[in-house]
Amino acid sequence: MSLTKREVENVAHLARLEITEGEIERVVENLSSIIDFVDQLRGADTGDVLPMAHPLDMSQRLRTDEVSESDQRKRFQANTSAVEAGLYLVPKVIE
Amino acid sequence: MEWETVIGLEIHAQLNTLSKIFSGASTAYGAEPNSQACLVDLGYPGQLPVLNAQAVAKAVKFGLATGSKVARRSVFARKNYFYPDLPKGYQISQFELPIVETGKLEVVLEDGSIKIVGLTRAHLEEDAGKSLHEDFAGMTGIDLNRAGTPLLEIVSEPEMYNAKEAVAYMKTIHTLVRYLDISDGNMAEGSFRCDANVSVRPKGSDKLGTRSEIKNLNSFRFVERAINFEVERQIDILESGGKVVQETRLYDSVKDETRSMRSKEEANDYRYFPDPDLLPVVLEESYIEDIAKTLPELPGQKRKRFIDEHGLSAYDAGVLTASRELGDYYEHVVERLGSDPKLAANWVSGELAGALNKAGLDITESVVGPEALADMLGRIVDNTISGKIAKDVFEAMWSGEGTADEIIEARGLKQITDSSAIEAVIDQVMEANPGQLADYRSGKDKLFGFFVGQVMKATQGKANPAQVNDVLRKKLAG
Repeated sequence: MSLTKREVENVAHLARLEITEGEIERVVENLSSIIDFVDQLRGADTGDVLPMAHPLDMSQRLRTDEVSESDQRKRFQANTSAVEAGLYLVPKVIE
Repeated sequence: MEWETVIGLEIHAQLNTLSKIFSGASTAYGAEPNSQACLVDLGYPGQLPVLNAQAVAKAVKFGLATGSKVARRSVFARKNYFYPDLPKGYQISQFELPIVETGKLEVVLEDGSIKIVGLTRAHLEEDAGKSLHEDFAGMTGIDLNRAGTPLLEIVSEPEMYNAKEAVAYMKTIHTLVRYLDISDGNMAEGSFRCDANVSVRPKGSDKLGTRSEIKNLNSFRFVERAINFEVERQIDILESGGKVVQETRLYDSVKDETRSMRSKEEANDYRYFPDPDLLPVVLEESYIEDIAKTLPELPGQKRKRFIDEHGLSAYDAGVLTASRELGDYYEHVVERLGSDPKLAANWVSGELAGALNKAGLDITESVVGPEALADMLGRIVDNTISGKIAKDVFEAMWSGEGTADEIIEARGLKQITDSSAIEAVIDQVMEANPGQLADYRSGKDKLFGFFVGQVMKATQGKANPAQVNDVLRKKLAG
């Protein structure tokens, strides 16, 4: 098993995923087998290979710097449950 | 034990583009909350970011101006964390392959000496929105207008050894980004802010101590005070046998202290990976060359030119190159005046700066333009008025009484350079003060100043001071 239960719990926490006690063992097992599979790639000699940042062999097109969006706040905020003074309200977060 | 402080800064400069880095929403400051947050900025599913050409060009400009390596290929990555001012759940940033790497910056320190600070990198990323915690019972209000505003994060090497050096470095970057016109540098609006990484170590040690990171410092004064507080705090911990914890801290300007912001268990673990929504940014040689051609004269170059060609002191040259506009103003004055750059420098950084300061105006809003000031200085140079009278003329110009010549004429301020007229005044003064004259002649040299004062008073300050000195000395000698 390449991953520990603790590592999986930590990653789940960072991703805000809730994994129950009953599920955790299966998740550890599944993720470990994926990691092990990918690990086989380490065997290949990639010394001369440029790391691939994207599956398409193309470069980014750039957009002209101009304002093309208009104010649609009303429409967007119709999708949310709490709005006040134009602000989206969320449960209090404070560091 | 003697301690050494080590500081590295991460400066966030908002790039002054019209639209956001990945969307066509406006970046204008101060709009109604969320009126400039489009679907891309709100992180709606199915939206794709498209990179703003100007954001790239401005980052390249910075790279070229600092002699950095401009990457021919750079990659955007996702920095993953959850916070409501970042609706996607990740910030698009650059990680392994930033657009700008390894540069150097000449920083002029307070004593005029020059320090070279290494730049580790500068990368493009998007700003987050703003959270407002105060006004909503139990809730936080989120304004996403700022979300997606382009940022250039400029990371220095840990090569500054006290708070003043860090501030000097930050000011140098601040001046540079405004010269390059890549950021408005407005600190009050948050366009220019920094995080300071601070650690201490025993003097002479070459191993870095454990650092803390002070977040979101938005004034030069706060940077200095926060670092000084943090250094004291860390030394206190170490001297009492404790250990500094690596953590993020916040500076409280009211209490003038830093305090812990994130606990250790939430230690940053951003799980960066290349953003599949964006392709690598590839820059052609010709593109970079074209941008290089648009670079203005940089503050360091201008400073050297003012010292070498105008004969200014390092201090004056530093003051006059603090902004591109101030340097331009000064050069306009010199150009029109055609001589005496030092006189021009003194007036621009002295009387003019004082008047601007008092009126709360920027150099570009000056009531007295460079031509008008140059014409007035011309009257000092050709001996029409003395430097002292010039201050009154300037004040009158500032309050809109007309050109220098008009004011000199209307107020009869023309300097008396006719030596027979000056001699006549001196004779009167000597006659009116026989006691002082006798004292002077019996050895009280200090009374010379008294006589100068009397002559100037009698001529309402209009007598040419050099001439007065000359003639007076001869006459008093008897």
